[in-house]
Amino acid sequence: MAKRNTAIALLASAVVMTAVSAAAIAQSGRDYIYIVGSSTVYPFATVVAERFGRGTDFKTPKVESTGSGGGLKLFCDGIGVDHPDITNSSRAIKQSEVDTCASKGVTDIVEVKIGYDGIVIANAIDATAVNLSRADIFRALAKMVPGESDGDLIENPYKTWADVNPELPNVRIEVLGPPPTSGTRDAFVELAMEGGCKSIPWVKALEDTDKDGYKSICHTIREDGAFVEAGENDNLIVQKLQANPTAFGIFGFSFLDQNSETVKGARVDGVAPTFDAIADGDYPVSRPLYFYVKKAHVDVIPGLRGFLREFTSERAWGDEGYLSDRGLIPMPQEERSEIAANVRDLTPLSMARQ
Amino acid sequence: MESSQITRRKVEAGLPRRRRREFLFQLAGMLATTVGIVFLGVFFADLFVKSSTAFVQTFVKLDVEFTENVIAPGGEWDLTYADFDGLVRSALRSEFPGVSGRSERRELNRLVSVGAGYQMRDMIEADPKLLGARESLWVPASSIVDMYIKGNIDASLEESLRPLSDKQLSWIQKLQDSGRLETRFNSALFSNGDSREPELAGIKGALMGSFYMLIVTVLLAFPIGVAAAIYLEEFAPRNRWSDLIEVNINNLAAVPSIVFGLLGLAVFINWMAIPRSAPLVGGLVLSLLTLPVIIIASRAAIKAVPPSIREAALGLGASKMQVVFHHVMPLALPGMLTGTIIGMSRALGESAPLLMIGMVAFIVDVPGGFSDPATALPVQIYLWADSPERAFAERTSAAIVVLLGFLLLMNLTAVIIRKRMEKKW
Repeated sequence: MAKRNTAIALLASAVVMTAVSAAAIAQSGRDYIYIVGSSTVYPFATVVAERFGRGTDFKTPKVESTGSGGGLKLFCDGIGVDHPDITNSSRAIKQSEVDTCASKGVTDIVEVKIGYDGIVIANAIDATAVNLSRADIFRALAKMVPGESDGDLIENPYKTWADVNPELPNVRIEVLGPPPTSGTRDAFVELAMEGGCKSIPWVKALEDTDKDGYKSICHTIREDGAFVEAGENDNLIVQKLQANPTAFGIFGFSFLDQNSETVKGARVDGVAPTFDAIADGDYPVSRPLYFYVKKAHVDVIPGLRGFLREFTSERAWGDEGYLSDRGLIPMPQEERSEIAANVRDLTPLSMARQ
Repeated sequence: MESSQITRRKVEAGLPRRRRREFLFQLAGMLATTVGIVFLGVFFADLFVKSSTAFVQTFVKLDVEFTENVIAPGGEWDLTYADFDGLVRSALRSEFPGVSGRSERRELNRLVSVGAGYQMRDMIEADPKLLGARESLWVPASSIVDMYIKGNIDASLEESLRPLSDKQLSWIQKLQDSGRLETRFNSALFSNGDSREPELAGIKGALMGSFYMLIVTVLLAFPIGVAAAIYLEEFAPRNRWSDLIEVNINNLAAVPSIVFGLLGLAVFINWMAIPRSAPLVGGLVLSLLTLPVIIIASRAAIKAVPPSIREAALGLGASKMQVVFHHVMPLALPGMLTGTIIGMSRALGESAPLLMIGMVAFIVDVPGGFSDPATALPVQIYLWADSPERAFAERTSAAIVVLLGFLLLMNLTAVIIRKRMEKKW
């Protein structure tokens, strides 16, 4: 009998414990900042979070890497301690997302642009250095390329880089890049592929008349094995490039910066992917990075105001700040002080924007 | 006579062929085993070689001064905004008085980890009497110096291609010559939470997260699993319903673990409003994952108890419940425990369901309870493998070694329990 009682008590206590603690937690507040969003911004947000946590008496913010789209979805789910305070994004928020946010009561959103990121096309350090134009990139990687006459599309026939452009090495086209879920892929397609696509006059003319057709020509990457989806893990791409000197890889500038002795970035339109070239806007494949914060959470979640100040301080995002050591390309001084002032005043995003 | 000889001749004629087939079959089996062992050996060798360097870390000896007007200007203590990094920098400068110019000083500052400032802050917080004192401190070197000392950076490369400049190399050489550079056991790996500075990053946060999760898992899955097994095996009537339940339990054991993560997200987080990233949610999800394993193992253990024991007890007048709790359960317990431990070790190595419930996050503070945000060991491995800093590669391997160690320990416990407590009939 005693044993039976113990067993039942054990079972009951387990269930009760779970129920009670679940209820207790659900009601309590949150004493740490909760950040979600882009995996590209993650390396920078985490550094700021750690510095903030160690330097102040506040808890270290929790940073979850969910991707830009996933982050905005969580962010727009509502106001309150159950929802994130900040979402990182490697692209600007879309009007549709602003609308979704507003429908859930998330209205005053403060946009903070933090700097730039370059997307590099790199190969192994001892492989041939190449100079690609965006048109070369498009021709090498698009699924359909323009044929003989205007308006004519053919299945991409190019097998080697020399087929694309006789000045390039005569090796098989093999590019390792991120999957479609990645923000890096989005930016690469938009900036490099579309940039090259536009150089063909009749395709460019299509942009005004047939936007969908234009997009499907410019944004579709070939699927015949020349472009290999290598997963979200950029380290893996770097390792594969070392092993295979004829392959190229696509990843963010911070990985090139950290692995400068094993891989090198190709020049794009004659510009090498260097810190200065990206900062000056000369390097064509670069994009701004953002984070978004809920105004309603400031002064409710402890430390949120301090975290914003830390992120927008000169020692973090300045020309020689610790984020630039991690590969974030700073904005010009004027833009920085303007945004920092906006953040101080918590000027919300204007909804009429589009 | 005739016919038996014919048969014998036939058999003898076929013998070489049969022997050859026997031999080939054995060879194939041996080959398969060898291939398996070789793969495992290569995997372990690679892992251990890569991880071996992560257990040591390079330290630099600095003579720092806890300057009074930096830490407590005008007698007022200000630990939050005091510039401890500045104190570390001035200690470095006094070590290399010849270094001048802004960019050169920046290069010099990169030799030492930002952890040095935190270390000074923690020291003076623990012992305010240090104010104004000069101390010789061993502080962690930055991860690039550490990588160079461990031979992961090739100094013969062109200067622009490697992360350390010629000047930095000469400073490191000078520090080495004067005995101010040393590699020691990397205790930070076991005592710190996660960090973006490889030299400060540790697995304690992830270990504690895994620990809290497993506590929740065992508290829920063991009693429920055992109760279900006893009911199904000893009390439930055999009919179509019990068959259906049995089939479902067996199928549940084969459900991909990510599905449990989705379930956890929908039920525990969205419906029950338990916070994301908490070990409580992780434990709940993992207990769902291990339940079928425990039920199946427990039922097998109960089945293995000979019917004669039950019949003898019933014959002496015991009730059905007394039979179960006084005789069957004690005998089946070793098997149940083994099943539970194996289920737990599966839960420990699981990362996919945790992705769905927000446990893949950057969390610096070591969790102190069931509701603090936490990660788990396999997730920490995933996060480190994805970090751009090169020094995280060896730490990833080290974390894998620790995880493998725990799994081995748990499985070993299961084997020992089985060997010790098992009854032969």
